[in-house]
Amino acid sequence: MSFLEVKNVTKSFDGKTIIKDVNLHLEKGEIVSLLGISGSGKTTLFNAISGISTPDSGKIILDGNDITGKPGSISYMLQKDMLFPFRKIVDNVALPLTISGVSKKEARKKASALFEEFGLEGTQMQYPDELSGGMRQRAALLRTYLASSGVALLDEPFSALDTITKSSMHKWYLDIMEKIKLSTLFITHDIDEAILLSDRIYILSGVPGNITDEIVIDEKKPRSKDFALTEKFLEYKRLIVEKLNFN
Amino acid sequence: MKRKLQNTTYKIAPLLALTVIALIWLFVCEGDIVPSFMLPSPIDVFTAFIKDMPILLTHAQITLQEALYGLLIGIALAFVIASLMDRFKFLYNAFYPLLVVSQTIPTVAIAPLLVLWMGFEMTPKIALVVITTFFPITIGLLDGFRSVDSDQINLMRSMKASKLQTFFIVKIPTALPSFFAGLKISASYAIVGAVIAEWLGGFEGLGVYMTRVKKAYAFDKMFAVIIFICIISLLLILLVTVIQRVATPWVQSSKRKIN
Repeated sequence: MSFLEVKNVTKSFDGKTIIKDVNLHLEKGEIVSLLGISGSGKTTLFNAISGISTPDSGKIILDGNDITGKPGSISYMLQKDMLFPFRKIVDNVALPLTISGVSKKEARKKASALFEEFGLEGTQMQYPDELSGGMRQRAALLRTYLASSGVALLDEPFSALDTITKSSMHKWYLDIMEKIKLSTLFITHDIDEAILLSDRIYILSGVPGNITDEIVIDEKKPRSKDFALTEKFLEYKRLIVEKLNFN
Repeated sequence: MKRKLQNTTYKIAPLLALTVIALIWLFVCEGDIVPSFMLPSPIDVFTAFIKDMPILLTHAQITLQEALYGLLIGIALAFVIASLMDRFKFLYNAFYPLLVVSQTIPTVAIAPLLVLWMGFEMTPKIALVVITTFFPITIGLLDGFRSVDSDQINLMRSMKASKLQTFFIVKIPTALPSFFAGLKISASYAIVGAVIAEWLGGFEGLGVYMTRVKKAYAFDKMFAVIIFICIISLLLILLVTVIQRVATPWVQSSKRKIN
């Protein structure tokens, strides 16, 4: 049995079915991308998996437990970093600990211990407004990591960043994932990003949205930064573009 | 460097305007264009201001007490009302229009009633200050609570936060800047509210003193009280600004960045 299983999830709004019978799975330590054009129901699926909304039918199973419609088990991160402007970075990052009842001092200590690893050393006592977009996303990922009980859901986390920051964030992300081994479902509409970061890619398309293809990226990890320039990478890209158009 | 120069200009401009107005006032009075029993000269007002300072201070103690008690109760009341209205949508829908309507009632009209109901001591004055101050604070808080976006609430839910935790961790701090915006308006109303209540009956306070000097046609003293009231109102607003700076340090840090 897989670590996370999404079984036959269907959800509609105002009589319109947005996603229908979506099935997917995620193994421990895996990074899986969910690739789809806008309007394919990515966000609807995202909300259903994270438990913010309850699907009309279907189940979300995490580590054998049914978590359908129950938020709190899967942590997530959005394109917006959602750092609270009134909390210092360390307190933003430590928020999941604070909520679970850890004292402020203890929470700060625990969060601070991970700052260096996440390339955030020295920003503890700053406010989010004083940090660059890339740094803020790092802080948001660290908060997501601290909130997670094994699985994180990332919804286009880097898509608001400029190209240069984005590519350095990709490299950083791959490095950090090697260390923390967080099982991740990564939602994106960026084909390059999906190929570069994932072990597997699901393609979500059609109306209503459904998983139409699954592609395994067979490339060793950690990936070299030249991977994106290889013929193999382009081959994957060609394949995906074809499938997106075909459907 | 240039910015510094600009800042100084901004600070000098209002002072300059004030000086010009004072000079015109002086000219109009000293040149006998307006008779002195109608408009006292600024020199007379200044003299009265200095000479009456001890008596002004005695009365100000009472007025300030009323204003501060009223303001504190107003803040507490605003917190209760805004929190309940935010928590229960039904209460919001039911009472929001009433709140707005309540502000169209002229305070001068209800002040005599308050005196009738509560007597000539401090209570009716404090009540009037509460009535005039709670509204801007309530609206500030409500706007602040509503500016929390649903993604932030969902994020809190995804971290298993209770409604109470979400309220204290997210809603209250988010609402603080607009709370202070409301509080500044309320602070400026507070002194004036107390003075108006004192006009209508009482034994002590700047409003009582004001009616006394008015009846004696001592316009120089009257003007001195008015200026004195302006000064303590400004000081109260200044105090609120200082508290705001301390209580919302992140607002300052983001301003620094923009500069």
